[in-house]
Amino acid sequence: MRELSLNVLDIVQNSISAKADLITIDVEENTQTADFSITITDNGCGMTPEQIKSVKDPFYTTRTTRKVGMGVPLFKMAAEMSGGSFDISSTVNEGTKVVARFKTDNVDFIPLGDIASTMTTLISMNTDIDFVYRRCIDGKEFTLDTRQVRQILEDVPMNDVSVITWIKEFINENTQTLTEVQ
Amino acid sequence: MKSLEELMAIRDKTRVKMTVREDNSEVTRVVVGMATCGIAAGARPVLNAFVDEVEKRKLSNVTISQTGCIGMCQYEPIVEVMEPGKDKVTYIKMTADKVARVVADHLVNGNPVMEYTVASIEK
Repeated sequence: MRELSLNVLDIVQNSISAKADLITIDVEENTQTADFSITITDNGCGMTPEQIKSVKDPFYTTRTTRKVGMGVPLFKMAAEMSGGSFDISSTVNEGTKVVARFKTDNVDFIPLGDIASTMTTLISMNTDIDFVYRRCIDGKEFTLDTRQVRQILEDVPMNDVSVITWIKEFINENTQTLTEVQ
Repeated sequence: MKSLEELMAIRDKTRVKMTVREDNSEVTRVVVGMATCGIAAGARPVLNAFVDEVEKRKLSNVTISQTGCIGMCQYEPIVEVMEPGKDKVTYIKMTADKVARVVADHLVNGNPVMEYTVASIEK
């Protein structure tokens, strides 16, 4: 994957397959210590300890169309090759949490990329799922919560182009503000 | 700065122009493969290009959705177009640049762009 935001898009598909209706994506960064983390939490069906062990294996997949499952292994690789770490924890019927930690001062750190595009793709393609996107840089943060957006929109669909455009700009402008105030 | 208040204005504006979607049987479905293979090959910009192009042309009888892996990972990004009463057309190795032509030729004028389809390599 050329951007970590593409890994996020990919990993969240697992949460969607796990029938989650609330998915939280948390991106935290400390520019002083070069720490960068992405945490994806869902309230889906969860996994057994055996399944957690096997998702890190590329030759494990729940699908039937092909024999390999690269989503989790690729994300894990991206984290570890930057000098970071990777964790999955899960409880059956409660949900799953994926944490990838990176070091931004490593030459092999892959940039986050167009996370706004990942969020708008997820939101517009899964209108029955709520997403929370939280971005934190050096203790300053903002949150996009589709439950709030949904409440304001009332009967207007979440995937209307004007709404999706607003979400994209909301994420980009707020991220810009976080990086400016330093 | 974007605010939630602004969203209220968007809601009111959108509600005015909201129209009832045409009969479901007449809807053309565009499905983009968004599994690991598709995403890694560039499915996200392809999906976004379809959304933009369909909006630009105000095609109310087209829905765009995503699916998982179709099983031909080497040909990703794959896009399937399903028109009512016609055979499914499978586009392979799609790019955002190819989308405008698929929308114009196929979705608007009903002529699949054969050179982009899976049929073009199986010969």
